[in-house]
Parts: sequence; C-alpha cells; structure tokens
Amino acid sequence: MIDFGFGLSRSSAVRLDEVDLSLYKRLEELEPQVRTCIGCGSCSATCTAGPWSGMSIRKVILNLQRGRDIEKMLSNCMLCGKCTMVCPRGINTRHLILSLCRIYEKK
Amino acid sequence: MRERFASGFDPFVLPFLIGFFFVIGYCILGIVRIMFQLSREDRRMFLLSLITPTTALKNIWDIFANCLLHVKLWKRNKVLGFMHSSIAFGWFMLIVLGHIEVMLYCPGRIHLFYYPIFFNYFVAENESTIGGAVLFFLMDFFLLLVLAGIALAIIKRVRSRIFGMRRTTRPSMLDRVGLYSLWAIFPLRLLAESFTAHISGGSFLTIPANWVFRQFLGNDLHMLPTWWAYSLALCVFMLVLPFTRYMHIPAEMMLIPMRNAGLKIRHARKGFARVEVLSCPGCGVCIDACPMSVKKANLKDCTVYLNRQLRRGNEKRIEEISDKCLLCGKCEALCQVGVEGPALRIAQRERRKYGFSQDYSGIDVAPMAAAAKGAKVLYFSGCMTRLTPSVGKAVCSLLQKAGVDYVWADRDEGLCCGRPMLTAGRTEQARQLIRKNEEMILGSGAGTLLLSCPICYKIFTEEYNLPGVRVVNYVTFFNELVEQGMLKLEKGDLFYVYHDPCELGRGCGIYEEPRKLLGRAAGITEAPKNRAESICCGGSLGSLTLDFQHREAMTLNALKNLYESKADAIATACPLCLATFSRYSERPVRDIAEVLDAQSHV
Repeated sequence: MIDFGFGLSRSSAVRLDEVDLSLYKRLEELEPQVRTCIGCGSCSATCTAGPWSGMSIRKVILNLQRGRDIEKMLSNCMLCGKCTMVCPRGINTRHLILSLCRIYEKK
Repeated sequence: MRERFASGFDPFVLPFLIGFFFVIGYCILGIVRIMFQLSREDRRMFLLSLITPTTALKNIWDIFANCLLHVKLWKRNKVLGFMHSSIAFGWFMLIVLGHIEVMLYCPGRIHLFYYPIFFNYFVAENESTIGGAVLFFLMDFFLLLVLAGIALAIIKRVRSRIFGMRRTTRPSMLDRVGLYSLWAIFPLRLLAESFTAHISGGSFLTIPANWVFRQFLGNDLHMLPTWWAYSLALCVFMLVLPFTRYMHIPAEMMLIPMRNAGLKIRHARKGFARVEVLSCPGCGVCIDACPMSVKKANLKDCTVYLNRQLRRGNEKRIEEISDKCLLCGKCEALCQVGVEGPALRIAQRERRKYGFSQDYSGIDVAPMAAAAKGAKVLYFSGCMTRLTPSVGKAVCSLLQKAGVDYVWADRDEGLCCGRPMLTAGRTEQARQLIRKNEEMILGSGAGTLLLSCPICYKIFTEEYNLPGVRVVNYVTFFNELVEQGMLKLEKGDLFYVYHDPCELGRGCGIYEEPRKLLGRAAGITEAPKNRAESICCGGSLGSLTLDFQHREAMTLNALKNLYESKADAIATACPLCLATFSRYSERPVRDIAEVLDAQSHV
C-alpha cells in the first residue's frame, strides 16, 4: 500500500463480542444497581475530582460496559460521596467505587 | 465463735472452687494475651500509667464509681442505677464482709478461698457479741440489697418498658444460662443461711426465716442440699461467665485503666479493641440510641450486636454491621461502659483488602495554592458546602459584611479533606489527601483556616498538622466577629430549632456556640432529643452500604424529633444535614450562616 503520509482514523466501534467485559459482569453481581444507571451525568457534574482529573462515574460505568480501561479515572476518586447524593436513580455510587476497587485486578 | 468442722472442708465447696479457679485462670490468660497483643509503645504507656500515682488513683476511683456504684447509670436512669449498683456493690460487700469475718474469727482459714463465701456453714457464731451482731446485720443487709436488685432484674426481663427501655437485647442461649444462675445465687444463699441460722447465727433476715422454716420442717436434712445448690449456682455462673455478656464484669476493670492510660483502638480484634468488645454488658442502650433502629430490619446492626458477633467471630455479619453504620456516634455517647462503636467499625473496615488503591501523588496542588494566596483568612468550604452553594454564598457574604480579608480556597477546584476516605477505612489514601491539603494550605500563607463543614472540621483538628495556622469552625469565627462588633445582627421574629450535626456535636463537642450565635439572630427552641442525644439526619457519609431509600425513614424520624419543638424552621450547622433535611422537611431548613446573613447588616 502506498503511504500517503495520512490515513483513515481508526474505527472507534466497540465489538462487544471481542472486548473483555468480565470486570463489568462481576461488578453487576456485586452491585446490581449499576444496571439502572441512565447515564445522566449528575455524578460527573458534582464530582470534586472531576475538574482537575476528568474523573466521571458515568464514564467509568460506560467504559466498563465497553471493556475499556478505567484505572486512571478511578485513581482520582476521593470517596467524598457527592455523586451518591445527586444520583436520580438512587445508585450507591460510593459503594460501587469501593466494590470496583475490591475486584479490580491491575493489568 | 467456734468452728463446726475440724477439717474446715465439705465436698459441697468443690463446685465453687472449680468455677472460681476456671474464671481466675481464664482472666489471667486473657490479660497476658491482650498485653502481648498491644504494641510495644502502648504496652509501655499502659504499664507506666499503672504506677503513676495520679492515674493509679483515678483508676481505682473510676473502677469503684463505675463498676460497683454505677454512677453514670444512676445519672441516666435511677431505677436501672439502683438495680445495677445494688447487685454489684451488694455482692462486693458480701465478699468483703465474708473476708473480714474470716480474718476476725478464724484467721488460720483465710488461705481457703471458699471460707469467706460459705462462712455461715463452717462457723457457729453468736450474734449476742457486738462484733457478731454488727457483721451479721451487715451481711443480711447487703444480701437484702442484692435480692432487691435481683427482683428488679427479673421485673426488667419481663417488662423492660417500666425501666424506660423501649428495646432491649435478646440474650443468647449461654447468656440465659448465666442470667438464670445469677438470679438463683442469692435466693439460694438466703435459703442456705436461713436453714443454718439456728446453729451459726444470723440477723434480721435469716433468723426470722429460720424460725418460719422450722415451723414446718422438723429437721436439718435440707441444710446441706441448699448449700450444695448455692455452690452449684455459683459454679454454673462462673463456668459460663467468659462466654456470656457477664464477661463485662472482669473486662471493664481492665478497660478503665487502659482508657485512662490513653490507649486507642489500633486493630479491630486485638488488644484494646478486644477489651472493649468484652466489656460490652449487652444492655442494649445502643439499640434505642441508634438512628437506624427506626426500621426493624436494622435492629440487629447496633453496637451491642457488633460486639456479640465479634465475640463469636461471625465474619459475614461483622462486615455487614460495620459497613452499614452511619458512624453518628450516639451509641458511644450513651454507652455506660464507653465502647467506641464507630472506632471499632472503622478499624474493621481498615482490615479489608482492595485490589486497587487510589493514588493522589500525581496531583499538583501548586495552582490551588496559588489561587488561595494573599489573604489572612483561608475559607475551605469542602465538598459538601459546594453541593449546597447557598451556604458558601452566605459565609462569603457575612465575611464581606464584616470586612474580613479572606479568600475562598476551593471555590473552583479543591481536594476532599480525607474524612470520607478515613471513615471508609482507607487510611493510607486519607493520609495522602491530608498531605496534599496541608501543602496547599501552608503554601497559601494564611493564618486562619475557616471551615463551614463539620466533617472537614473534625479531620482538620484531629489529623492535620498545620503549624502556625488556626483551624476554626465558622460558628466559632462568627461568634467572635459578633463579639468584636465587626458583624451586626438584628434579632428576627422566627423561631428556629437547632439540629446538632453528629460531627460537630458528638464529634467535636461544639454544642453551645451555634446556639449562642443563632440566639443573636433568631428565637431558639429545643427538640426533645438534642445535644449529645441529637438524632443523625440519616445522610451521613459514615455508612457505606445504606441506600437512599433506606435512609428516608431515618431522616423522617430525625425530623419528627425536630418538629416536636414547635419551631417555625430548622437550623443546622452542617451542609450535609441541610441537604438531607431539605429533601424531606415540611418546614424550612436553613444553615446557620444563611440565617445570620439574612439578619445582618453592614
């Protein structure tokens, strides 16, 4: 193939059959509430760590569902619990993070 | 005085001796084990405190006042106080008087442990001598005292409400064995001494009883069996004691000197924590105290049940109970023994292993410190205040009105104080946050750190090392401003009931200042349960597992208590209480800063 010095951007399609969803599956077992997340982003809006680190629980859950890495985001959570207070679905996001920390295996 | 038996022995003392040596052996082994579990430093501190005259005297007085006289319980509930002190002090006096009798009349027998207990069987004494009359009278008097206590205890078992206790613990199987044998000991002693009274002497209780019995029992054949029964009841009680709640009797005598020595819980199961768990008398005061008890499903999540499960080693339940608690600290405030329920739970949470740990070392606090530079007063609002912006706004408005040179450190971005991490048991992460915040605050060069959130305030005063910086809660600070005349308040017509936030009241001991401050701006009424007995709003970050829907009942219960004050509105000094109450309250809820701001003028 001729190298033009540029190319098509890589597809961002998520192939759910191929990605590793084991972490999300295990989280679902521990925290069934996670299934009720509507991705409204209230948690991200109130997050204390958000402004300087990009931490967002909405994204953490989304990335988990797509088998993507969450380590960097998770690493900045300070457990302040504001996300739990604003969640319209009443998800105990604070405990969700703790459970996630418990089952997480460093790659 | 004459001894009835030259040998000074009868087989019926054997059960007593078995129980006695078992309990003593168990306690000595326990003490040795706990001493080894303490860290080197703690052990040194504890042993030193035992030989320091002031703490040694305090130990003796505390043990006398709390273990025997139950002074704290008297202050709380007179009937329960009488019940406990009559049994404990009465029993203690029976043992002491027994020893005095032996020392006076047959000093050669003092080395026999059973002699003071069964004195009336072995020795025939004439109450006509002055010594005999006084001692026998005292023995009967204290026996009567103990019996009165036992009678109350039996009534309490049947109807605890008479004693002002709404709920009490369900005793376990062994607890029941201990309980019934304890009840049996003293009536059996009365019977045994009464049957023997015509030989060995007695006083106002035993001699008439002896006379009555002799009217229809013509011989002395029933004498020995009752002494056997008395000895057996003692034996059963002492054999089950280490495995029942009655372990609190010896354990509390260990707990008091350890607490006076300044020991802290360092491990959820070992050392000081173990002594606290064993010292729990299982009275169940914490059940009524616990804000979670409004729901029947949570009744078994109180500290008394945590202690029970810790004794049994039921790991699943220990984890559940530890994670559920709101850490409001009311059980600790009301506990007669001083079992630190919240600290026990945090220590338990610390034991958990995580596959992933947060790391904040990459956070650059320089921009935050730069934003906080250049003012005398640094206002750190904390996460919760930023969730309730009206509080931060009111605080800033008041500071401006008073002309204070301030800067809002974390208005745009900031770190958490670390208290939520600490209560979740992740001490290392909390330490990292503390170090980062210290760096930011010291870098700002401010002389005063102002906090409007009691959750932050507690950890800032307890865990932070900020040399040259005064850490102050906003109620204290505004009180000072008013007293210095920098802030002028006008008293409004509304009546407020002040809700004591857990972290500010029980956590930091600040009860009067917010009332004083609020009283300058509005009328104040009090709720039935206030100050140290204030009910947690239910929003506490202390609980890890409680969901929103399960907290609602607790919030409504706390509000019900506040409504009873007939106030127009509710005031509090914690942004988290404010957010929680606002969600369900029928009456307006305001932070104390908002009330002040509305009533102040330039």
